[in-house]
Amino acid sequence: MFSYCSDPETLSGLTWLSCYLTTGKHTSLYLSFGTVLLLLAITAPIALVFGFGGASAARSRFVPLSWLGKAYIGIVRGVPDIAFFLFFVIALDQAFEYLRHTIKCPDWDQPIRQGNDFVVCAAAKLPLGDAPQWVHETYGFFLAVLTFSIIFGAFAANVLYGAMQAVPRAQVETAEAYGMTHRQAFWRIMVPQMWVYALPGLSNLWMVLIKATPLLFLLGVEDIVYWARELGGTKTPKFTDYPHGDWRMWYFGALLVFYLLFTKVSEVVLGRIMRRLTHGQATMGGEAQRKAAA
Amino acid sequence: MSCWDTVADYALRSVGIGERLLPRSDFTLCQQVTLIGSGMIWNIYFGTIALLSGFFLATALAMAKAAHSPLLRKPAEWFIFVFRGSPLFIQFFFAYFLFLSLKNVFPVFSPLTSAWAGALVVLFFNTSAYSAEIFYGAMQSIPKGDIEAADAYGMSGWPRFRRIIWPTMLRLAWPAYTNEAIFLFHATALVFFSGFPATQQMGDALYYANYFADKTFNPFIPYPILACYFILLTLTVIKLFGIVNQRLNRHLPQLQRGRIRLRPMLVR
Repeated sequence: MFSYCSDPETLSGLTWLSCYLTTGKHTSLYLSFGTVLLLLAITAPIALVFGFGGASAARSRFVPLSWLGKAYIGIVRGVPDIAFFLFFVIALDQAFEYLRHTIKCPDWDQPIRQGNDFVVCAAAKLPLGDAPQWVHETYGFFLAVLTFSIIFGAFAANVLYGAMQAVPRAQVETAEAYGMTHRQAFWRIMVPQMWVYALPGLSNLWMVLIKATPLLFLLGVEDIVYWARELGGTKTPKFTDYPHGDWRMWYFGALLVFYLLFTKVSEVVLGRIMRRLTHGQATMGGEAQRKAAA
Repeated sequence: MSCWDTVADYALRSVGIGERLLPRSDFTLCQQVTLIGSGMIWNIYFGTIALLSGFFLATALAMAKAAHSPLLRKPAEWFIFVFRGSPLFIQFFFAYFLFLSLKNVFPVFSPLTSAWAGALVVLFFNTSAYSAEIFYGAMQSIPKGDIEAADAYGMSGWPRFRRIIWPTMLRLAWPAYTNEAIFLFHATALVFFSGFPATQQMGDALYYANYFADKTFNPFIPYPILACYFILLTLTVIKLFGIVNQRLNRHLPQLQRGRIRLRPMLVR
């Protein structure tokens, strides 16, 4: 990176550190912070959509659909979320390959599960055997995003379902008295009003989502945890220009600080949004704001 | 080999008693149920001890956070912030490598590099921080009249805390604390995936479920088994905490008694 870095053995102190922290591998570490942010940016809206779908399904008057929605909300109760992460990654992968297999190789006659193997035809492999490395990485990341979205969609469905219940019943009754259909009352009355009730739960969920991002490591994505372990381990002079002892503790300390800052900033921002949204609402919070101003 | 033989061989495998080698091929349903169940010993061990010991530290932290003196309040606030603001997964990693470094300097710390002690310490601090926040919130919502009544009876200091503040705080905090307990048990599944090694393949339930899923390449059997075990554990926790909840609320009229609602919101 810097011109004086050409011969690291002669360096010491801060100059050594500045060279050490700008090696190619460290750039990968910094880029993986981007991976985490990208995961958050993609997962949050998709999970919200899944959650909205789940919550609306749970409220449906069509009984099997409502069971489906309630089952979706219920899956995350009672079972550790990490078990779902490990489960969905393999299950989704096999589901996709199985789908492609049935479409692409209809005349395949061997069973798919042969003992301890899951065998699909070569054309159905995901990603294809000869695909470049970046396709493998993107596919892994895509699976991780989908897994996160399904699980956090269930959490969000739970929050939104509660928020829909919290909208005063009289509001919907009034809408029906005006002759609105069930569907109109839902979209025009219920949905616009539910967000203020949902926001505390959703901001909690955002914090939980931030704190779940290191689990990407378990899904096989090269994220910050992966790089912290790689870079922190003992390095001998044989393999690197920057030999050092076991520094993993410092790397994970840095990750700890990163997450603390991230959650703190989120907390402050979400607090501001909440203050703005409660302004003028007929809730306890809105009343407190009115009294404080008066 | 019948299922009873398998149970005899593997029921205590996770604590190192019984057959040394894990099954390598021809996995039967019985083997999976037995081994994953055997792993639950660790989950229950971590959860129970961390919960019981964390309860006391949490009470102390909640008191400290409510204190007027900044000397007490600030450290408690920071402790709670650090453990609630960062992912448990990273805390495990950091603690493991911290203990490794400490071990090189002071050999006293060597037990802490193994899961049974090291992960327990992290879980103990973690649940203390989360519970302290719950207790602190409950302490803030103790009705003013209760404290005033205690003052009117001439109670202060320790008797007032022991007979008025503490029971009321527990009563108000109990539903949230039940959730905390449930999610602490769920969090124990992270231990063997975060640095702490499973020596001689003695791991927890998720460790074995993952082992079977990797070997058979079929996630649809081990993970549902694991889910069943955890649902049973969750129901047991709800039952036990419900009994305590009844006792805490026994002086209230029937209708006012708080019921515990399970809210799946506390993932770490």
